[in-house]
Amino acid sequence: MFAMCTDPDSLTQLDWMLCYLTTGKHMGLYYAFGTVLLLLALTAPAALLLGFGGAMAARSHFPPLSWLGKAYMAVVRGVPDIAFFLFFVIALDQLFELVRHKVKCPDWDTEIWQGSDFVVCPAAKLPLATSPQWVHDTYSFLIAVLTFAIVFGAFAGNVLYGAMRAVPRGQVETAEAYGMTRGQAFRRVIVPQMWVYALPGLSNLWMVLIKSTPLLFLLGLQDIVYWARELGSTQTPRFTAYPHGDWRMWYFLFLLVFYLAFTKLSEVVLGRLMLRLTRGQATLGGETQRKAAA
Amino acid sequence: MTCGEVIANYWLRALGHGLRALPTSDFTLCQQFTLIASGLVWNIYFGAIALLAGFFLASALALGKASPRLWLRKPSEWFIFVFRGSPLFIQFFFAYFLFLNIKGSYPEMGVLTSAGVGAAIVLFLNTAAYTGEIFYGALQSIPRGDIEAADAYGLSGWARFRRVIWPTMLRLAWPAYTNEAIFLFHATTLVFFSGFPVVQQSGDALYYARYFADKTFNPFIPYPILALYFILLTLGIIGLFGLVNRRLNRHLPQDRRARLRFRPQVIR
Amino acid sequence: MKKLILTTAALALMGTFAAAQDVVRMGTEGAYPPYNFINDAGAVDGFEIELGNELCARAGLTCEWVVNDWDSIIPNLVSGNYDTIIAGMSITDERDEVIDFTQNYLQPQPSAYVGLTDDAALIEGTVAAQVSTIHAGAVAASGATLLEFSTPDETIAAVRGGEADAVFADKDYLVPLVEASGGELTFIGEDVMLGGGVGMGVRESDTALKDTMNAAITSMKEDGSLNALIVKWFGEEAPLF
Repeated sequence: MFAMCTDPDSLTQLDWMLCYLTTGKHMGLYYAFGTVLLLLALTAPAALLLGFGGAMAARSHFPPLSWLGKAYMAVVRGVPDIAFFLFFVIALDQLFELVRHKVKCPDWDTEIWQGSDFVVCPAAKLPLATSPQWVHDTYSFLIAVLTFAIVFGAFAGNVLYGAMRAVPRGQVETAEAYGMTRGQAFRRVIVPQMWVYALPGLSNLWMVLIKSTPLLFLLGLQDIVYWARELGSTQTPRFTAYPHGDWRMWYFLFLLVFYLAFTKLSEVVLGRLMLRLTRGQATLGGETQRKAAA
Repeated sequence: MTCGEVIANYWLRALGHGLRALPTSDFTLCQQFTLIASGLVWNIYFGAIALLAGFFLASALALGKASPRLWLRKPSEWFIFVFRGSPLFIQFFFAYFLFLNIKGSYPEMGVLTSAGVGAAIVLFLNTAAYTGEIFYGALQSIPRGDIEAADAYGLSGWARFRRVIWPTMLRLAWPAYTNEAIFLFHATTLVFFSGFPVVQQSGDALYYARYFADKTFNPFIPYPILALYFILLTLGIIGLFGLVNRRLNRHLPQDRRARLRFRPQVIR
Repeated sequence: MKKLILTTAALALMGTFAAAQDVVRMGTEGAYPPYNFINDAGAVDGFEIELGNELCARAGLTCEWVVNDWDSIIPNLVSGNYDTIIAGMSITDERDEVIDFTQNYLQPQPSAYVGLTDDAALIEGTVAAQVSTIHAGAVAASGATLLEFSTPDETIAAVRGGEADAVFADKDYLVPLVEASGGELTFIGEDVMLGGGVGMGVRESDTALKDTMNAAITSMKEDGSLNALIVKWFGEEAPLF
């Protein structure tokens, strides 16, 4: 990056460190922080959406739909996320390609499963083999977001399902007394009020989500823990201009600080959000706020 | 080998008993079911021991965090923050590193670097922090009326804590604590996945599932078997905790019991 | 009739597939120098990267490199997420049942034990190896106590820290580490030969690509350029073709 970095052996400690920390390989680490943050930003709303769908399905009066919603939440919550990630991404990818294959190549007559091979027509590949590398990268990123969203959607669904039931019965009865239908009462009374009950559970889910990002490498993404391991491991002079011993501890220490800081920041933001949501609610917290203002 | 022989040879393999050589060819479903089940012993061991020991530390941490004394409150807050704020992955890494150094200085403490002791300690501290936060939240929401009633009966100090505050705290925290227990059992799969070495191929359920996935190159059989076992384990935990929950709430009228089910306070 | 024409068209498409497919995605691990690793610039580098690029140039293909975790490298190949594995993978019977290999581009590679002292008794004691490698399997079958770690670095760290008496791994991976350790680490006993050489893995259904790559490897073996590459990355003593 800097002109002096062409000959690292001649550098003094501080300059050496500066050059070392700006190698292309380190850029991979810094870039990975962006990937992780973007993944968190996309996964949170996606999981909320899936969870909302799951909770709605579980509340349904149509039994099969209700069973489906409940089964989704129970099964996915029962499986450790590592076990899920280890096979689910490949399965999901194959499912998408299979559907595209049925649509795009109806006349394809060779077997899709040949022994252990999974072969669909070239037009059904996701992404197409001819796509540039960034399309492949984006696709595996989106698949990872979807997988995370499915896992955390089950937990979010469980929280939202509980929150919907926690809205005081009197509120719903009042809505019925005003002649609202079940759907209207749900939209106008339950959904606006449930958030205050759901937020503590959702906040915790967010904290768990932050800390599960080290599993991203299982989904084919190079996350910060992957780079920390890769950069921190013993480097011999044959393959790098910056040889060093086992430095994994320092890289992991850096990650530890990052995770702690991010957790702290999240706690502060979520605390403020809770304060905002509690305003005007018929709960102990809302009551305290009202009294303080008066 | 018939399936019966496979079970006889391998059902205690995770503890180092039975046939030493793992299957290397002609893999059957029976082998996969048996070995993955045998590995589950480790997950149950880690989960149970951390949960039991963590329960007591968590109670102390919750009281510490709620304490008006700074020297009790600050360490409890920091302990909970550090263990809840960092991935278990990184905790295992640092713990293993620390245990290696301790072993270097005091060889008689060498047992710390084995998963059976070292990983159990990390999981114990980790779950104590999470549970401590749950208990702290419950402590904060004990109805004032309960404490006033205890005062009216002339209870104070230890007696008031033991007979009123502690049981109420447990009752309020129980649903969230159930979730924590489930997550803890799931987290035990990380022990051998990244953290502690596997000795003589005696690993946990995930270790054997990976072994088969690696040998057969087919992830679609061993991992779903592992998932199935964990769903059963989760159902078992929910059942067991449900029994305790019923006992904790047995004095309440029927309709209030149902309401108490939902406390989304803390999950991991 | 229409159906027949379409089927023929599809077959024709398949026949020309290998030639028309101008992008081949190459899967590698990127964590196993000198075979494949990530260099200072953050790009994949190593013997297999140079070899793969040359093979693609000879076959008239455009190659793109994909880094994938070792654990799922075969499942992702058969699932079609990339087209070849070129990651220091030894040709073994169990792998050959699931995927196909090209002819080997490296002779069977020696494996070796490394410890703190050159004491033959050590390899009977506690031996560290990376989980799910042929080395772990070989130690498990021997009389030694096997200690499995998830990364190769941890196996070396275990020997340095006294957790294990020796580490068993590919010799080519160990040589630079022993050189750089300044006498701390040393080889123990004789080299051990495992596996049947290193080849490129392809899907069993992808015979066209396999033939193309086989032809390219043959041409590199014939004109001596493969040997030159082996000497460049593995040293003068490496077995040649």
